[in-house]
Amino acid sequence: MLQAVIADSHWAIILILLPLAAAVLCFLYARAANIIGVMTLSALVLSVAALGWQIRETGVYHHAIGGWEAPLGIGLYADGLSLLMLTITAVAGLGISIYATSYFKQQDAARFWPLWLLLLASLNALYLSADIFNLYITLELVGLAAVALAALTGGRDALAGAMRYLLATLLGSLAYLLGVALLYHGFGSVDIAILATQAEPVPVLWVAFGLMGAGLALKMALVPLHFWLPATHASAAAPVSALLSALVIKGAFYILLRLWLEIFAPHSGGAETLLGLLGSAAVIWGSLQALRQTRLKLLIAYSTVAQLGYLFIAFPLSTMAGAAVWSAAGYLALSHALAKAAMFLAAGNLMRFGGHDRIADLDRVVQRLPLTAGAFALAGVSIIGLPPSGGFVGKWLLLEAALTQGRWELVVVIILGSLLAAAYVFKVLGRAFTQAPVCQKARAVPARMEWAALLLACGAILLGFLAPFILPLMDIGDPFSASGVQP
Amino acid sequence: MNWDAWIPLLVVASSLLPGLVIFTLAEERIRLRTGLNLFGALTKLALVGWMFWGVYNGHHFETRLPLLPNLELVLRAGPLALLFVSLSTVLWLVTTIYAIGYLEGSPHRSRFFGFFSLCVTATVGVALSGNMITFLIFYEFLTLATYPLLVHRGTEEARRAGHTYLVYTMIGGALLLLGTAWLYSLTGTLEFTPRGFLSGLGEEHRHALIIIFVLMIAGLGVKAALVPLHGWLPLAMVAPAPVSALLHAVAVVKAGAFGIVRVVYDVFGVDFATGLGVMEPLAWLAGFTIIYGSLRALFQDDLKRRLAFSTISQVSYIVLGVAIAGPIATIGGVVHLVHQGLMKITLFFCAGNLAETLGIHKVSEMNGVGRRMPWTMAAFTIGAFGMIGAPPVAGFISKWYLGMGALEAGQSWVLLVLAGSSLLNAAYFLPILHAAWFRKSPESWPHEHDFGRKETAWALLLPPLITAALALAAGLLATLPFSPLEWAKLISVREFYRP
Repeated sequence: MLQAVIADSHWAIILILLPLAAAVLCFLYARAANIIGVMTLSALVLSVAALGWQIRETGVYHHAIGGWEAPLGIGLYADGLSLLMLTITAVAGLGISIYATSYFKQQDAARFWPLWLLLLASLNALYLSADIFNLYITLELVGLAAVALAALTGGRDALAGAMRYLLATLLGSLAYLLGVALLYHGFGSVDIAILATQAEPVPVLWVAFGLMGAGLALKMALVPLHFWLPATHASAAAPVSALLSALVIKGAFYILLRLWLEIFAPHSGGAETLLGLLGSAAVIWGSLQALRQTRLKLLIAYSTVAQLGYLFIAFPLSTMAGAAVWSAAGYLALSHALAKAAMFLAAGNLMRFGGHDRIADLDRVVQRLPLTAGAFALAGVSIIGLPPSGGFVGKWLLLEAALTQGRWELVVVIILGSLLAAAYVFKVLGRAFTQAPVCQKARAVPARMEWAALLLACGAILLGFLAPFILPLMDIGDPFSASGVQP
Repeated sequence: MNWDAWIPLLVVASSLLPGLVIFTLAEERIRLRTGLNLFGALTKLALVGWMFWGVYNGHHFETRLPLLPNLELVLRAGPLALLFVSLSTVLWLVTTIYAIGYLEGSPHRSRFFGFFSLCVTATVGVALSGNMITFLIFYEFLTLATYPLLVHRGTEEARRAGHTYLVYTMIGGALLLLGTAWLYSLTGTLEFTPRGFLSGLGEEHRHALIIIFVLMIAGLGVKAALVPLHGWLPLAMVAPAPVSALLHAVAVVKAGAFGIVRVVYDVFGVDFATGLGVMEPLAWLAGFTIIYGSLRALFQDDLKRRLAFSTISQVSYIVLGVAIAGPIATIGGVVHLVHQGLMKITLFFCAGNLAETLGIHKVSEMNGVGRRMPWTMAAFTIGAFGMIGAPPVAGFISKWYLGMGALEAGQSWVLLVLAGSSLLNAAYFLPILHAAWFRKSPESWPHEHDFGRKETAWALLLPPLITAALALAAGLLATLPFSPLEWAKLISVREFYRP
């Protein structure tokens, strides 16, 4: 009975409509926003689990809304890759939501929840879209909701950061939309599956990929297009920073990956080398910048720039060993989401407690928040890629691929990036044990905020042991086979 | 239900779980914390004893959990693993008692004992690892678990020592990771196999394998404090005495040395490694480290610093025994893993007692201390004689087998190293003993605590006496079954060399 319900329900639609409805409810009943929000997120986690069970049993989920098939109607599509991204969003989102219930005052909460739930609905829709125009719509919605969230606290820094972010995200979407138009003009469809069969190596395809790739790279803050990210992520409220770094950026990566796998990979013409080069630059440059920062949140933001670089290193490696490398990238994205969310939330705790995030003066704060320090440490372990953690699994798989293919320059980048990450993580953690005089003015940090950060970080560590269960789930529907092993 | 498959995991969990609980305890829950610590230590001891008996009778204890595609987390209790596990387990129990006494009344004890338990968990994991990836995981875990103990005092000096430690170990860890991943890309397996798993690789991989060997030894050599990778160890003596004791005798330094044994015998295989031509340079490096460490120890006035340089020298005996690449020298090297642990932990306990009871930190302050603290200094004397290699203390057995092994392998230069090192050991230990027993004691000690009629607290005095007795027993009773020496012979026959 229960199995039949799970197997036959349209979980994908629930995943989109539920947060949308909840957003409206939160807007109407601002007082109950916290409860509605957390309950929605909990329901979403269960729905994603149900969707996962469904596609594991019955294969890829495909649904044409209103019964209209591809060239005309809107299609929903869920395979292992979609499932991965939905899981990241729901799980990290739940942790951040629990944190947010204690973080925001009533007034801010009334604005935070509708926006965040709208963002959530857009992200879920993005991961379930089957055509590139819908991807554009959802991408734009994600971007706008994210900008509004970034401006939420309304300080001068936050507004400036949000403004930069708005420009970047609009520019990125515009470039992407131009690409969509070109593809539609060239091949007469926006459906990914149809485009996949129609695509030929003609100039219009390359131009379209150039535009879409550049637009998405801008949204992902790939070096050298990262100018907007540190300021935005560092100046937003802590839960928002966590959302932006852990979840929003992954949306753009998902689109890029999907387009690459389905449409562009066979006709790449060396683009993967360029992406790999930029990714390597991001790993090194981002880590070096993180190391130079004197403010904690800026350090974490630059760490995001660096860690995203790892996802791009997968592109040049994927031409030889597709599935394994993309599993590695997916695993890295998953662990980064949990770890980075935990880091930003921990930073939020430290700021709440001490009123600042100057790394040199943190010692007074860190010692009095052992749970938060633990959260930061565990998240740091995963970010560095030390075992046992999700980050280690991802980096090990990536390293293995690079070694097997003899790509020594990438091996060096992967290792060096880890060492630099260790340097900037311990730059902060080194303060956790020093004896500094206790500062007088301190605001209490609710236990819920400390535990939310700690549990997310524990999740990132736990991922180090879950690879044998998660990797097969990612492979449902062979999302990575398009660029599979080529002779 | 096959219990044999879970016991190695339980051995690891028996310190991990109490450690995690201890983190959550309030500072004043002393009895509960002590109870948990001792419960974990005794449980581990019982489990290890059970495994010991089982392995002797040919049982097979192995835990396998899926970890990565084609790679498993393997914990296996072979003879070599058991040697190291028993050492860690026994010394953990002793050190826990010592630490309880030593840290009485000091702040952050829950944090300390939490990380202390994690540290032992990592060490036991390192010992039981059945493949290179498991080893790597626990090896890195050990780095992380030790760091908070090292900087426990929270002074600026401690912070800087911790920083240096991290720089060394992180880079070492990265090298080891690189070597391991590279090896995996060549062989597709990382399972520790008696006599190595590389013999199937062809001649075309020769250069790659030499580089991999260098990478792995460099990564392990950082923790084993091989010169020139030893820079962090003398600084690390800022840690509290129980940490130094554990660090030098069981945990970090030993994990590096143990890793080198594993890599040489169970990854490369001693014959294969000799064929690559990498064993001789390793032996030279170990020999150099032995002499260099002793020379530096000679000039240290700070007692713990002198002991630290002594460790650098002594741990390389293990590496030397491995690198000579003969069965008898191997016995000497492997048994020194245990012997050095027993002797060095005794010396560090005693150094801690001197500092806690009388405020003595320097060798030059030790005049006449033997009359004030006879039991402590008696233990210290046994440890020191063991280090020098005087019979009947355990150190003599190690050196004897190393020397015999070197002769058997036709590498007589090793005898010079051994003789030189023994002379130097005598030169930096005998003056201490002379000063402590035969010089007049000063009017007052630097910073004396009053313990009534006892020379110091029981919890501080018993551990060094126990370990000193063990060191003595390991030498006197070396030919009894289950002595470290007999066990090392068993390892040599079963795992390393074809009978």
